[in-house]
Amino acid sequence: MSFVEYSEFIQEGDVAIIFLGHDSMMPVKVQQGAQTQTRYGVIRHSKDLIGQRFGTKVTCSKGGWVYVLHPTPELWTLNLPHRTQILYTTDIANITMMLDLKPGSVVCESGTGSGSLSHAILRTIAPTGHLHTVEFHQQRAEKAAEEFREHRVGHLVTVRNQDVCKEGFGVTGVADAVFLDIPSPWEAIKHAKNAMKRQGGRVCSFSPCIEQVQKTVEALADEGFQEISTLEVLLRVHDVRSITLPLPDFGSDQPLETPTDTRVPSNASVLCKTTTPPRDMAGHTGYLTFATKPSV
Amino acid sequence: MADNGDNDSQHRVNEGDYVVLKRGDIYKAVQIQKKKKTVFEKQWFFLDNAVGELYGTTFEVVTGGTLQPRKPKCAESSADAKEAGTDNRNILDDGKSQKLTRDDIETLKEQGLKGQEIVQQLIENSTTFRDKTEFAQEKYIKKKKKKYENSVMVLRPSCRVLAMMYHGREPGKICHLRYDTLAQMLTLGNIHAGSKVLVFETCAGLVLGAVMERMGGYGSVVQMYPGGGPVRAGMESFGFPSHFHDTLHEFPICHVNALLAGALDTEAKDIDADSGQANGDKSNLTQTDSEKAESKECSPDTEDQCMETSTSTDPAADKEREEREKLREIRGQEKKVKMEEKRKKLAAAAAVLEGRNADGLVIASRFHPCPVLLGLIKFLAPSRPFVVYSQYKEPLIECYTKLREQGGAVSLRLTDSWIRHYQVLPNRTHPVLLMSGGGGYLLSGTTVATDTPKMGPTRGEEPAAKRLKLTETTEG
Repeated sequence: MSFVEYSEFIQEGDVAIIFLGHDSMMPVKVQQGAQTQTRYGVIRHSKDLIGQRFGTKVTCSKGGWVYVLHPTPELWTLNLPHRTQILYTTDIANITMMLDLKPGSVVCESGTGSGSLSHAILRTIAPTGHLHTVEFHQQRAEKAAEEFREHRVGHLVTVRNQDVCKEGFGVTGVADAVFLDIPSPWEAIKHAKNAMKRQGGRVCSFSPCIEQVQKTVEALADEGFQEISTLEVLLRVHDVRSITLPLPDFGSDQPLETPTDTRVPSNASVLCKTTTPPRDMAGHTGYLTFATKPSV
Repeated sequence: MADNGDNDSQHRVNEGDYVVLKRGDIYKAVQIQKKKKTVFEKQWFFLDNAVGELYGTTFEVVTGGTLQPRKPKCAESSADAKEAGTDNRNILDDGKSQKLTRDDIETLKEQGLKGQEIVQQLIENSTTFRDKTEFAQEKYIKKKKKKYENSVMVLRPSCRVLAMMYHGREPGKICHLRYDTLAQMLTLGNIHAGSKVLVFETCAGLVLGAVMERMGGYGSVVQMYPGGGPVRAGMESFGFPSHFHDTLHEFPICHVNALLAGALDTEAKDIDADSGQANGDKSNLTQTDSEKAESKECSPDTEDQCMETSTSTDPAADKEREEREKLREIRGQEKKVKMEEKRKKLAAAAAVLEGRNADGLVIASRFHPCPVLLGLIKFLAPSRPFVVYSQYKEPLIECYTKLREQGGAVSLRLTDSWIRHYQVLPNRTHPVLLMSGGGGYLLSGTTVATDTPKMGPTRGEEPAAKRLKLTETTEG
């Protein structure tokens, strides 16, 4: 397994996603002799996982079963250990498309955070692209680098532990795209421009507050970026369910003298398939500001 | 694809390139051809001058339809509006504030005045301009610029640009698939280099192109197509290098059942007749009907032939007939070669599908998604994502229900997304007034291994726990 390549069978050292049921998953690192506790009992890696096909049903010790899934950046996003607030798949999808990412793209990112977006970028730019990611928090930077190695994407990424606002991305003139998820992105716009190819490219900044967007847009315009556009994307999940709507009893159209006990029972109802919105949904994650660096 | 940063050649427009023209928020995909007149946004011009320029260059359209690259724009000269009012209490709408008449403006245009100069004239001849607030002045200039500045930007095609173009120009052709929804599809489908992806779409080839862009020429794509042949106009607009096309296969959806049943004989000749029949998009025709239809296709030939035989007696006509005969033979030969090619293609695609180990499935069509999904999901390996687009929610509810009953998939989610654009300007930041009402719906999920008979006994052993779990999973 790797996050950039599917494989059929589970091997030692792999990350596997244990699917326990609706919205209930856990990541495991597959190791000979290791065990994982679930609410359906123990999973013994040597016997239950190693050598099995991804996607098979695994019976746990208490007799319940789970599915073991091949990791993808999307599953990882739902299961990763949070070291920071992370970006979710809806935003990631739009960032990926609006930055024109594809195999071979060279991308700069800051901060690395928990690596949610990083994994998605790596998946998209492999096998010939490269990610330069900058994280000013030393422990997070180290942890991220370790994860990339474990996930067998280490060769596609360089993690730098520095302050992007002061020291930039550590590269110049190489990036096709730059992504910023930092508190003061306007301070990094100049560095973003320097990191990008002379022939131009795309930049994106993610900010939760409109004041941040305002400053970033000004900085982008000052640096000569074009096609500046700010947007927001929200995902609605629809719960599919069957509902029964009771029919009201209008009474009999027969004259009243008919005895009441002969009337149709009033429990008639109609069954229909529909969806309901969840009671709560994410109403705001962040504003995404995109721009193009023109070629010079 | 690594770039050393010095080599500009791959960033320049070449003759024959597929490019996208942009003006404001309007896009149009064209191919660069010498001396070819292009019409875009009520302007006409020749793209000859774009050749050799860098992608992303903005051009000024000058009289005679030639393009002039515009140098990095001088700082917007709205700063020279020194005078401005504070409110509009004294501004009257008497329709006389603009001293220039329509005819005057036409004359200015005919004199070949640049757009910017016309805008300047309009400002100078507006009696109310100085009384407008600074914001209103800016808005006025922006509006006039949009009308009189004849500029066009030449962009390199990408999924982003083409998806936005189709959504803006011809949403009907792509089943109203909005660009943010397409973005979700590519991500939820985990589309990446090296995988084997099945695509069934009737979105003019846009979805196919988007998938191919994300695969970068690594791996393989099988386009499942309805009717006589795959539609690929949208994909062509991406201008992929030729090696991308080597990874693209096609397979007619009408042979899916045969392939699943193991009854598809790619050696047999009548496969071609079958596909020929689909050509007319009349898949319900019988074999003989289709043959008739096919012979009709090359009817100019045969009809002439009939006329010939009934009237010709002189040698000249004989000679002509001979030539025709020859021509027909050549055509027959060509047709045979074509059929052979088609057969080979079908065999190649069948070989890719046969292992039933595809890594991804993307569906976006005007057909009912349910049978398409239930049919094509059989070609996926376990633990692989699939994603189905539909303009409407109800068919996806049915898909969801059927998949639940049938099993073989987990993490089913029915979603749609909203996109909201913002105007960000000093003291004038707010959501854009108009937003798109609907971008369609997605059903996504992950395949899992279906219960094999050998699981049977284990189930028998532990019935209680199983049932317990079952109630859990029906939720998800």
